[in-house]
Amino acid sequence: MKTAIPHKVWLGYALLVLAALLLPFITGATFGSGWVRTLDFVLLYAMLALGLNIVVGYAGLLDLGYIAFYALGAYVYALLASPHFGLHWSPFVVLPIGAVVAGFFGVLLGAPTLRLRGDYLAIVTLGFGEIVRLFMNNLDRPFNLTNGPQGINLIDPLFTVQPFQLLGLRITSVYLYYYLFLFLACVVVFISIRLQDSRIGRAWMAVREDEMAAKACGINTRNIKLLAFAMGASFGGVAGGLFAGFQGFVSPESFVLLESIMVLCMVVLGGMGNIAGVILGAALLTITPEIFRDVAVPLQNALLGRTVIDPENLRMLLFGATLVITMLYKPQGLWPARFGSR
Amino acid sequence: MRLPMIAACSIALSLSLLAGCGKSPEPTTTPTDQATNSDTLKIRIGHAAPLTGPQAHLGKDNENAIRLAIDELNSENFLIAGKKAHFELLSEDDMADPRTATQVAQSLVDAGISGVIGHLNSGTSIPASKIYHDADLVQISPSATATAYTEQGFSGAFRVMANDSQQGKQLARYAVQTLGIKKLAIIDDRTAYGQGLADQFAKTAESLGASIVKREFTTDKSTDFNAILTSIKGSDAELLFFGGMDAQGAPMVKQLRALGITLPFMGGDGIYTAEFLKLAGNDTEGVIGSLPGIPLANMKGGPEFKQKFEAKYGVIQLYAPYVYDAMRMMAKAMQQAGSIDPAQYRPVLAAMEYPGLTSTIQFDSKGDLLNSPVSIYQAHNGQWQFIKTASDQ
Amino acid sequence: MDIFAQQLANGLILGSIYALIALGYTMVYGILGLINFAHGEVTMMGAMLSIALLNALLSFTGLSPVLCIGITLLITLPFCMLLGVSIERIAYRPLRNAPRLAPLITAIGVSIVLQNVAMMIWGRGYQRFPDILPSQPFTFMQASLTPTKVAIVLVSTVALCGLWVLVNRTQLGRAMRATAQDSQVAQLMGVNINRVIAATFAIGSALASLAGFLVAANYGQADPYMGFMLGLKAFSAAVLGGIGNLAGAVIGGLLLGLIESLGAGYIGELTGGVLGSHYQDIFAFLVLVSVLVLKPSGLLGKNTVERA
Repeated sequence: MKTAIPHKVWLGYALLVLAALLLPFITGATFGSGWVRTLDFVLLYAMLALGLNIVVGYAGLLDLGYIAFYALGAYVYALLASPHFGLHWSPFVVLPIGAVVAGFFGVLLGAPTLRLRGDYLAIVTLGFGEIVRLFMNNLDRPFNLTNGPQGINLIDPLFTVQPFQLLGLRITSVYLYYYLFLFLACVVVFISIRLQDSRIGRAWMAVREDEMAAKACGINTRNIKLLAFAMGASFGGVAGGLFAGFQGFVSPESFVLLESIMVLCMVVLGGMGNIAGVILGAALLTITPEIFRDVAVPLQNALLGRTVIDPENLRMLLFGATLVITMLYKPQGLWPARFGSR
Repeated sequence: MRLPMIAACSIALSLSLLAGCGKSPEPTTTPTDQATNSDTLKIRIGHAAPLTGPQAHLGKDNENAIRLAIDELNSENFLIAGKKAHFELLSEDDMADPRTATQVAQSLVDAGISGVIGHLNSGTSIPASKIYHDADLVQISPSATATAYTEQGFSGAFRVMANDSQQGKQLARYAVQTLGIKKLAIIDDRTAYGQGLADQFAKTAESLGASIVKREFTTDKSTDFNAILTSIKGSDAELLFFGGMDAQGAPMVKQLRALGITLPFMGGDGIYTAEFLKLAGNDTEGVIGSLPGIPLANMKGGPEFKQKFEAKYGVIQLYAPYVYDAMRMMAKAMQQAGSIDPAQYRPVLAAMEYPGLTSTIQFDSKGDLLNSPVSIYQAHNGQWQFIKTASDQ
Repeated sequence: MDIFAQQLANGLILGSIYALIALGYTMVYGILGLINFAHGEVTMMGAMLSIALLNALLSFTGLSPVLCIGITLLITLPFCMLLGVSIERIAYRPLRNAPRLAPLITAIGVSIVLQNVAMMIWGRGYQRFPDILPSQPFTFMQASLTPTKVAIVLVSTVALCGLWVLVNRTQLGRAMRATAQDSQVAQLMGVNINRVIAATFAIGSALASLAGFLVAANYGQADPYMGFMLGLKAFSAAVLGGIGNLAGAVIGGLLLGLIESLGAGYIGELTGGVLGSHYQDIFAFLVLVSVLVLKPSGLLGKNTVERA
């Protein structure tokens, strides 16, 4: 890291930033702001996946209930900023609370499961995710905390703007959410990079590669694993809060196991432990369903005269097959981490 | 450290590709539009429902119904403000998924629609309604029945079907007042639909003097109900009400009979399906179900609609008449207001009394049906038989 | 105590299905140390395929129902055995020396693929089991039962006894036990490990598909999503009994069945209405989490120092 960073790299970063800033306008002008909304979700899922990447990618702890933290963040936001309890706290207060609550639950989950090895841990976290969802679905009695399966509606938005015209485009809040999410995603990326190169990050990787050896080297494996759970969970909590404010409506059906698996797929497919890879994974898995929806049906209708295979089935089938093939032939993901070069 | 460079190049490349191939058809005019003369008024109507996935058959049904209404309107010289109206349908697939629904809603808004008929589910209608509301659009849902949909205070959100609360109320009145049942057991499937229906059923039944002796719960994925049914067997309930869908209702009634329990079994529109009769076979005898609205055969113009629809698209699945009514009513409101601007025709729609197929549609201050008949059916010899239509009036 | 007797019966019937599926998890874990996540989907395939075959046989051949069931099982069981063996061959064998996460992720992938293949073939809806089994309830020991329910318990018992004989009295069984103890030494002693592992998957899958058939017959329907929850609960049962231990899987299965039905039946009264039967699905997870945290070796498993 001591060597001077070449100009080419700076140029690359500059181009990257420019592209990221211009993306919504180009997308909005060519495909409509429905796709800008998709971009918003790409960023949201990127944050979520980066959080999971800390747990799975860095520390090597397979977490199949990660969506629970996203759900916790979303519900904290929904409860503190909606007519449900008549509270309308500012997002600046609610989002950190969501992060803390999710982080706390992360430790709560982590503490008893420290002794478990990989596959057992996966099952326990899966159970944890389902338990959280079941409670959210059922805590409307005896005391109405979560409003049960009806979900919480009319959640305060993160911010409100009047639509205005710019360069011939009608700029709505969807565009501004993009920049907010972009900024936060950059923060998450920055934290991830700093963590990766820090003592903590190296300790995580040591635990991942060989826990016994890590322990023998004087790493407090218990604390370091708990820290991974807490960090990952609080990223998830923030993303959840953003989701609640963005969507305006949360209900338990948004936080099913399949969502956990999707986020895990983003991490695994993109490249466990590699930030750029994880973002790539998030982008791929968020955009493909949209493309499938737009392309698969018309294409089948054009070629075969009717819809033979449901695009949803086709998509899931491809996901499943991709997971298997990735693990068999490219276990490090599409864009693997290159630890040797650092 | 070459990666950022590669990334930047690839993103720049894909951006230029996007810009190059992105000559999308959105608000541009198509040749057919130019061919029509300047006296026509083009109106884009949005429609959203799950067109793929497990509910695709219902979504397609809705889509066909709105297409039928629009084809008729376009061919019958329908005039709005002195111009011939030409409706154009933009139908989108929301996959019954709340997140997809918001994306679909956004793209419909982008396309410059004047109104929306949709969505099919409550779970999609609610988050989408916020986007339509922000764009000052009028949304009529043909089949979202969750009470929360109209309780958001959105002036542009309407529905043409009795909500869960209205349906639960009529079912409870039938059970308590007509059947004379005093002690009830209730199971719900912990979904927004099942819980809403069961809660309203319980509330009304209690207000009519009946008591709830057992309240049990299951999920929308369960198949084993023996434990909760056994515990109901131990109570002195006289009727079992289930708030949920046919996929759980069918095995539930089978297990009920296999446990030797002869309690009458009742449910809402979730079990009033052909699938329920098929799955539960002989055990359906005497089961009571319901459907908001009046039976198609009893609707004014119902048989003609059935004939028209089935000649073109095949058997009616479920909500087609409601979609048809919603579309015709929206068009009528535009005509009376003399404008396709939602701000202009919304007040007209809200105050209108429209003689539709399903009932005489009139909205209350929230956008719910003012008069919402619910029809009660009973299974007999593997068929649903119409018993009566109940309503507040 | 008519209600209590009924709840016990409910629990035992549910438990014997869990036990059949749990055996598959436990056998594979005992030999490979791997959680076969796709096992629940094999059960689902067994249920779906047997319904499809049964319907086809009944409507096209006019054979007697008993014969139809026999033929159906003769086709379904080998098919699912083949399926299990292929899953092992494709998704697990190449990863035998890979990090632990790898086979788990391929297993999730395989599950998703199987689910969607089933949906493509049979649609997303529910398949109905034909009305060929007697469903008239009768009372036995104060519990209301149907012949199908009795058959479930009988078939499970016979299958379990068969498995016990296979593992303890045959050449293959000895090879399996040897591989479970130490696969390298077993290999040195001339055991063909790959064959033993394939046989394990085949046997486990056969039991799973039998369970699938019984579930379909008992509840009268099957759907592509049924495998996941069933598999998860059976896995919890295997963990409860002590994963890797055959008797443990059976005991764990029966116990979990009892916990679920007594729990759902009585939790409302015990907690004064604060908790209710909506927490039925939580029991399996709670059992799973608490066993893993408090006694990871389960009720009958051998104690190992560190599961790392």
